[in-house]
Amino acid sequence: MQQDDFPVRISGLVNRFGDQTVHDDLTLDVRKGEILGVVGGSGTGKSVLMRSIIGLQRPVAGQIEVFGNSITDAEPDEEIGVRCRWGVLFQGGALFSTLTVGENVQVPLKQFYPELGRELLREIAQYKVMLSGLPADATSKYPAELSGGMKKRAGLARALALDPELLFLDEPTAGLDPIGAAKFDQLTKELKETLGLTVFLITHDLDTLYEICDRVAVLADKKVIAVGTIPELLATDHPWIQDYFTGPRGRAAQAAQARESKRAMSSNSRAMDKPAGKGA
Amino acid sequence: MSDGAQFSLEDDATGGFRLVLSGPYLVSTIGGLNQQLRAIADPVSVIDLSQVTAIDTVGAWSACSLAARHGASIEGADERSQRLLDAVQMRDSSGDIQRKEAPFWQRIPSHVGGLTRNLLLGIAGVVGFLGQIILAAGTLIRHPGRFRGKALIRQLELVGVSALPIVGLMSFLIGIVIAQQGAVQLAQFGAETLTVNLVGRITLRELGVLMTAIMVAGRSGSAFAAQIGTMRLTEEVDAMRTIGISPIEALVMPRILASVLMMPLLGFYSAVVAIVGGAVIGDLALGVPFWTFLERIKDVVPVHDLWVGLIKAPVFGLIIGLAGCYQGMQVKGDSEQVGKRTTEAVVSAIFMVIVVDAFFAVFFTEIGWG
Repeated sequence: MQQDDFPVRISGLVNRFGDQTVHDDLTLDVRKGEILGVVGGSGTGKSVLMRSIIGLQRPVAGQIEVFGNSITDAEPDEEIGVRCRWGVLFQGGALFSTLTVGENVQVPLKQFYPELGRELLREIAQYKVMLSGLPADATSKYPAELSGGMKKRAGLARALALDPELLFLDEPTAGLDPIGAAKFDQLTKELKETLGLTVFLITHDLDTLYEICDRVAVLADKKVIAVGTIPELLATDHPWIQDYFTGPRGRAAQAAQARESKRAMSSNSRAMDKPAGKGA
Repeated sequence: MSDGAQFSLEDDATGGFRLVLSGPYLVSTIGGLNQQLRAIADPVSVIDLSQVTAIDTVGAWSACSLAARHGASIEGADERSQRLLDAVQMRDSSGDIQRKEAPFWQRIPSHVGGLTRNLLLGIAGVVGFLGQIILAAGTLIRHPGRFRGKALIRQLELVGVSALPIVGLMSFLIGIVIAQQGAVQLAQFGAETLTVNLVGRITLRELGVLMTAIMVAGRSGSAFAAQIGTMRLTEEVDAMRTIGISPIEALVMPRILASVLMMPLLGFYSAVVAIVGGAVIGDLALGVPFWTFLERIKDVVPVHDLWVGLIKAPVFGLIIGLAGCYQGMQVKGDSEQVGKRTTEAVVSAIFMVIVVDAFFAVFFTEIGWG
């Protein structure tokens, strides 16, 4: 498993819907063990990029490799040995509405490892649900009985069911209140550190970017125009990047991050690596 | 099994056993082993993880729960295992995945009770819904400007015009079947000529309207329920209310009016096409010329048969529209409800149509329109 220092490698990706080109010669590598934030204006194809990587969207051209296996050469439902190594959290959670949360978590387990006993399955589902920060009694609830934030956590529990190495999150904090969003960010970071996950995170949430992302990829002009830490991105002079990070919301998130790191400076040396924010 | 997960028990001479786990303890490798681990009856005092080559949360969980059951301690965990052990321990896993179900002798009566209650509530609900519609109709009569003409015309097209081909085909075939089968049976009494009476009277009185009602319930009643139900789910109905548009006026009235207005027309059309079908088979198989068949219809079918059909049709239309819209408006929660309510709309509409038809049959016979 040494060869995949880049769990996801995308090169020359082209996606087109009718006349509209969404991606044109897009190239992006995701490093092992990082949280990669993907940002871009509405309609720049962030979700399409994710769908391409997980094989739900057939690109017109280009190569996508996940764990060294080509996604683009495989049929949509072909068994290519990577589906048990990733977990996906869709925007709305995409929980199966006729199953309880616990049964939702069991679906991938039963699919890939039918030999697991009932008792073990039950226990796994239970601790995954709790690992995702849901109360224990949520396991036997149906998705319709959960709030939006709880649905996302339940979706995360299902995404984590197989102990994946790679986690895709599509706007995980959208629609959550700031406290819930901050908790979700924290959870993502904790899980990444505990389980050694690589996280591909689509977001609009500047706080998320500042708080937990190791690198940020910016989608614009049908390409990834820049990848790097936020200070590196701020050093570029692309107008969209400047607008994005130094607009009023960007500055607010920056200031919050600066306050946070000041407070954490003494206790947590990790905060030193983070951008301290400039002049905000 | 050399590269699979394994375990061995070693007596550590203090009365307890040392459980040495080795190999990969992953969700993919632990399947069969877990049963054996659970079956260990000897007292385990130490669980040794030092020979575990790879571990994930499932492996960590197994070790943890084993340790908790035997009161054993865990040794030899490397940094990663320790992190995972910390993450999964202290998680209470006693909860249930499935809903607790009552034993069946309680479930059956409670199910029957629930159905009865739903039936009664459903009747009350439909009556209430009908009341809302009558109120809305009153409002629309007082404020004709609020009437949604465009929506009505659209629904008239969907319910009526676009149903013409399928209703026509169905009726034509039914006409053929009645004429052909009727002729065979009547021939036993030497009364083939009565085939004309049979086809004319049964299609105008009963089958034309009844079969059309079933078709409209399947085509349009289900569409009403699914459309309105989906709009409920996407909160379009709520959005309408907040803007001050009454969903009853905007969504329900056009649909119910469309089915009430279109049913008599479709029913009549259906009867006519069925008679044509009968005439065709009369011409081909029974030796009654096509035009003679139609001429005879005028003589043998009393005009009140037409009225019977035409009076029943709008009532059936009301039932279908009411069932569809009512079930649609009842959708809440998840998308599964839409399917359930749509089925419910079609089944209840067809059932009620047939029940009401039976009442009509007795009624019209009693008043001498037999």
